[in-house]
Amino acid sequence: MTLPRRLLPLAALGALLVAVPLLALASRVEWGSFWPLVTSEAALAALGLSLRTAVVAAAMCLVLGVPLGAALHRARFRGASLARAVVLAPLVLPPVVGGLALVYAFGRRGLLGGTLEAFGMQIAFTTSAVVIAQTFVALPFMVLAVETALSARSGRHEAIAATLGASPWLVFRRVTLPALLPALGTGVVLAFARALGEFGATLTFAGSLEGVTRTAPLQIYLARESDPEAAVALGVVLVVVAVGIVAATFRRVRPVAS
Amino acid sequence: MHARVSAVAIVGLMALGLTACAAPDDENRDQTLTVLAASSLTDVLTEIAQDFEASHPHIDVQLSFAGSSTLAQQVLEGAPADVIATANEATMRLVADELDIEPHVFATNVLTIVVPEGNPAGIAEVSDLTDASTRLVICAPQVPCGAATARVAEAAGVDLAPVSEEANVTDVLGKVASGEADAGIVYVTDIGRAEGVEAIALAQAEAGINLYPIAALPGSGGAQDVTADAFVAAVLSDAAEATLADAGFGIP
Repeated sequence: MTLPRRLLPLAALGALLVAVPLLALASRVEWGSFWPLVTSEAALAALGLSLRTAVVAAAMCLVLGVPLGAALHRARFRGASLARAVVLAPLVLPPVVGGLALVYAFGRRGLLGGTLEAFGMQIAFTTSAVVIAQTFVALPFMVLAVETALSARSGRHEAIAATLGASPWLVFRRVTLPALLPALGTGVVLAFARALGEFGATLTFAGSLEGVTRTAPLQIYLARESDPEAAVALGVVLVVVAVGIVAATFRRVRPVAS
Repeated sequence: MHARVSAVAIVGLMALGLTACAAPDDENRDQTLTVLAASSLTDVLTEIAQDFEASHPHIDVQLSFAGSSTLAQQVLEGAPADVIATANEATMRLVADELDIEPHVFATNVLTIVVPEGNPAGIAEVSDLTDASTRLVICAPQVPCGAATARVAEAAGVDLAPVSEEANVTDVLGKVASGEADAGIVYVTDIGRAEGVEAIALAQAEAGINLYPIAALPGSGGAQDVTADAFVAAVLSDAAEATLADAGFGIP
């Protein structure tokens, strides 16, 4: 396709809308104190916690998102599209609404909170709450990746494998899953990036304590109050990580998409 | 050719839209006064502003509430504002030093222990907060309410071990009201705006007293300055003092 020239100005405007604020952020960094700021005890604790929890959340998205995406792809029952919409809702929910929903589900007085407490499990204010919040917002990315990839397949190979006597589990494991690998890579990386940036649900549901629940986005939010320079520096680190992740993912997406 | 024309048109339209938003109200009879104020003043300042509008019919007071440091940042970045009221003196000093303005303290606030309705953890005094089984939520020391909390804890001689340090009072209050936390420390004036919570008086509250300063910001025109000064005077008036006292604020 040749790009119609009249689209160019709008495309440029769109690119500027995103790029200019990011450049403006970078322009406010006090480069002289950048390194001490991003390696302060609080910053390192927050970054470390963010990376650890985001890795666990991405893994949970893989374990839960692949079966869920496959199930939604096969779903033929009435209300299947509603089920899909519910699963994808965290994509468009304001994060703080997600946080409230999590509190009302897993909180002490929540739907499941009493049961969990009876088993001696307290979730709010723990690192587990951070992982749950991150998984909640990141799972749709994995589900979408799996569903889209499955929809792009004809199902012919699966059908052939089935006629040769393979069980559905064997077909899924040996035929479908290997073909899905590039999509799974994309899904996991996007889920990881989304988990890394998670803010509102964590703040509402998990709280904010250094080393336990205060992830990098929460540290930025707090630093903004007393030390804007530190907030900007840590913000730039997150931008670099996010852009790096998306850049790496995109390289992987391209051959599949074309 | 077409591309260039449409690009120019779009940029032009956007510019028009932007200036339309930013254009100040030049008409004297319909003047807008923008007041940036700390979140904890939301209810009380809304009431004072309504009274002000009633006695100054040609003025429309626009209130914008946020955390004090956010407000300071907005003003220093050049947000079009006429008056700023913060919840602590340190933040106001940043603005005042930069813009050479004179703040006036118009209210004070003290901290209190807040617990969920029925006080399930049986909190009676500040030393009960250090119990290992008590899930305590306070403000982070980086924010004004957290700095005040630290002063109170020091005065009481206790080491607080919270399960969470929030960036503002509203989040502390939310976690207590929802029952997630057994106790929190918030301002006396916050109790009234939350449901499902009770206050337990803090004997050392005076150690963490917070002063609320207000200041008129240097405006673009003389008329605007007069209005901003008039609003500041209104907030410092006896009538406003009564409103502030009703909301639980102390009067300096």
